Amino acid sequence: MAISWLLLILLALAVIGYFTGRSRALSSAGGNVRELHSLPSYYGYNVALTALVPALGLLMIWLLVQPMIVNSTVSGLIPDQALPEGADRGLAMSEVRRVSDGLDGAVAAGAISQAQASNADADIEELTQTLKDAGQVLTQDITQPILVAAQKYRSMTTTGSVAMQVVVLSLALLGAAFAYIRTHKEFRARNVVEQGVLALLLLAASIAILTTVGIVLSMVFETMNFFQLHSWKDFFFGGTWAPNFRGGSELSILPLLWGTLYISLIALLVAVPIGLFAAIYLSEYASGATRSVAKPLLEILAGIPTIVYGLFALLTVGPALVSMFGDGGMLGVGWMASSNAVLTAGLVMGIMLIPFVSSLSDDIINAVPQSMRDGSLGLGATHSETVRSVILPAALPGIVGAILLAASRAIGETMIVVMAAGAIAKFSGNPFEAMTTITTRIVSQLTGDTDFASPETLVAFALGLTLFIITLGLNIFALYIVRKYREQYE
Amino acid sequence: MTDFSQSSEATPTAKPKSESLFKMDARTKKRNAAETRFKFYGIVAIGIGLLMLVVLVTNIVTAGTGAFQQSFLDLNVELKADKLDKKGNRNIEDIKKVSTFGYAPLIASALESEVEKLGIQSGLTPKEMGKILSKAAQAELRNFVIANPGKIGETVSFRFLVNSRVDGYMKGRVSRESIANDKGISVEQLDFVDQLRNAGVLYKAFNPDFIFGTDASDQRPEAAGIGVAMLGSLFMMFVVLALALPIGVAASIYLEEFAPQNRLTDIIEVNISNLAAVPSIVFGILGLAVFINYMHLPTSAPLVGGLVLTLMTLPTIIISTRASLKAVPPSIRDAALGVGASKMQAVFHHVLPLAAPGILTGTIIGLAQALGETAPLLLIGMVGFIASNAPDGVVAGFLSPNSAMPAQIYEWSKRADPAFYERAWGGIIILLIFLVTMNTIAVILRRRFERRW
Repeated sequence: MAISWLLLILLALAVIGYFTGRSRALSSAGGNVRELHSLPSYYGYNVALTALVPALGLLMIWLLVQPMIVNSTVSGLIPDQALPEGADRGLAMSEVRRVSDGLDGAVAAGAISQAQASNADADIEELTQTLKDAGQVLTQDITQPILVAAQKYRSMTTTGSVAMQVVVLSLALLGAAFAYIRTHKEFRARNVVEQGVLALLLLAASIAILTTVGIVLSMVFETMNFFQLHSWKDFFFGGTWAPNFRGGSELSILPLLWGTLYISLIALLVAVPIGLFAAIYLSEYASGATRSVAKPLLEILAGIPTIVYGLFALLTVGPALVSMFGDGGMLGVGWMASSNAVLTAGLVMGIMLIPFVSSLSDDIINAVPQSMRDGSLGLGATHSETVRSVILPAALPGIVGAILLAASRAIGETMIVVMAAGAIAKFSGNPFEAMTTITTRIVSQLTGDTDFASPETLVAFALGLTLFIITLGLNIFALYIVRKYREQYE
Repeated sequence: MTDFSQSSEATPTAKPKSESLFKMDARTKKRNAAETRFKFYGIVAIGIGLLMLVVLVTNIVTAGTGAFQQSFLDLNVELKADKLDKKGNRNIEDIKKVSTFGYAPLIASALESEVEKLGIQSGLTPKEMGKILSKAAQAELRNFVIANPGKIGETVSFRFLVNSRVDGYMKGRVSRESIANDKGISVEQLDFVDQLRNAGVLYKAFNPDFIFGTDASDQRPEAAGIGVAMLGSLFMMFVVLALALPIGVAASIYLEEFAPQNRLTDIIEVNISNLAAVPSIVFGILGLAVFINYMHLPTSAPLVGGLVLTLMTLPTIIISTRASLKAVPPSIRDAALGVGASKMQAVFHHVLPLAAPGILTGTIIGLAQALGETAPLLLIGMVGFIASNAPDGVVAGFLSPNSAMPAQIYEWSKRADPAFYERAWGGIIILLIFLVTMNTIAVILRRRFERRW
């Protein structure tokens, strides 16, 4: 609640600043607007923005940095021998946080007093009991070092947030005062405000960079932790995926990569011919009316959420395939044991990708200059001959780009494979078997009870980073091809 | 015509291969056949695509409409004072002490007297008869008594949910053959159900609790609803709208109107186009690492889900906003600058209002995309958790654990009881209704307000 109050106060300050700044500017000009350098509202905006923006920026930075400082200080307080066996510092820190939350909750509920909560010599058993009675969640009994650390954590957090409020509010007041003093009829308020707004716009645009940096950093750090706990050779070159939460896991990406690529291949085998022929028909043969109906209808397939495709694969396509290829099925071959299979996921993913291939290829085919078609037809080629020997070769780089983009979608697709591909990691060429993919394993390693100190959890970040790099590489390559092709005809 | 062909035959130097251009030779026939074939392939490809769409939609509708109906049993329950309020002073604390288990005999005796009244001979014990009702019935009765303690001692008529297997039987999902190995229900109980149905007390009706209600534990599919998850999605969409729209518009204005041609602008542009293609699960990993592990925001909270979806939607919004800013002709800017506006004033007073419909359209499409996204929500803990309570208040709506519509559908699809599959399809119908509505609004906005220059 403290932060929302702080925000409200800041906003109120900005509103007051707007009106005082505006009226000060007007009075300095003796009420004559014409004597002002800028419109009166700009003087108001100037005061409001100078009060608000630096204070908000500081608030955000403080909120990010304070946990870092508190964590590093507090985790230094826990001696090595105090760590429970097999646990690491991260686990102990989450225990510290839990105890600290428990103390906060108990104080808020009135079960213990503030002094009792910060008493380092408190009787641990009694305190544990009091906390449990107050309805606080504690996983294990509190130990002395944990309690001391938790109390330190609490006091640092409390001091930190009080200091934050004081500093942020005084910065806002200082800013308002500074801008208010500068407010004068000669002051170039519009230029200053516009500079400030431009800086804000630039900041908004850089959030894209921040996100990318955030993605890369968050995964790189955890991946480095992973490689300290697990050999990188096994990850990249091992042959087995067998996570075992008791230790001794074999965590190799290769079987997962195989499953991912195999499913994507099947998806592309479905999507590319259908999508490409649909694009050729729509751009070369279809009448305007057909095109205006069929194209949006096909694109609906791209707008359907992946959870729908996942459910479709799990409950409809999978059982239908089993009834065809399974034991006692229509074809009587008995190849398919369960509805979770590479084929199920691949087929459904292929349906999802049809509009990706068709829309992009359609645009690219339309970009081929009409003169090339006319030339070919004029020489006596039929329409299909023109398409095959003139238009497709001309559009080929762009179509390859479109297929690569579809492949990157297929590799990063999660819900369909989570629901329909299965969980068995193996190298096999049989499309009727269940296999698993990189995205499936990321989901299963990171959901449920996770311990961010075990290689079995951290491997998800290494998998995520690999996935990110593969899809990024594919996208950059595809965009490069498409761009290079476009230059040819412009 | 024959004259013409004869005369051409008469010229000795150019002798045509065939006698007439109107008579096709084998090669032309082959080429024309290839042409027809090629065209046919195209039609087949589009046909397959559209067929898949039809199959998908038919499948969703047929499998999901059942979830909107539920089987109910009407019963008159006598709220016996000696069972519910032994002290007789209507003290609410004493009434609350009676657990849901204590309400079972009341329902059983109500059912017994109903059966006697209707003259049904089933040969079932009262306990077996009671099993056709949902376990939610006792809780419903208890909640009613606690809310209306004054009704104790009276006879009140209730509409109780029946067990999911009986419901499945009413809907044709469960048959006498399919329950051979099912311990939950017997053939005799189904006969009993038939008798009750013929008597008109057991019937199917529209079930608003599916749309507005809370999720139930995996033992009671008949009581599960998507209402709370819908609230979770709603709060997430608030977060996305409040963050992605201003940031996206600001970023697009900078890139389209002010950005100088330099390295930084290039980096930003490349980043945006790459972020648009990053797999959604990677955003989930980012959310888990940054918002939950580092910033210690609450797990499963719509706030965190909203933040992750914001980052995911930003590129979509930026790309569409830039397109609509670009569509405003330069003459507008020139005119504004010509009468003395600053560049910033030209953009904010003239270009932005003209681009607003396009921006709005892009935002709605971005929101629709975010609404259907599931994968990142799995990683920040919005699955594997029963959304059984509606959040009490706005702050709790953002911060207390909740589910979201697609996450709830995924959760149902994982549960063992097939009765949940019907719920999952029903949930998809609701989700798709939202998406179709949002996209229709976007199309209408574009048609009505977008200006062609």
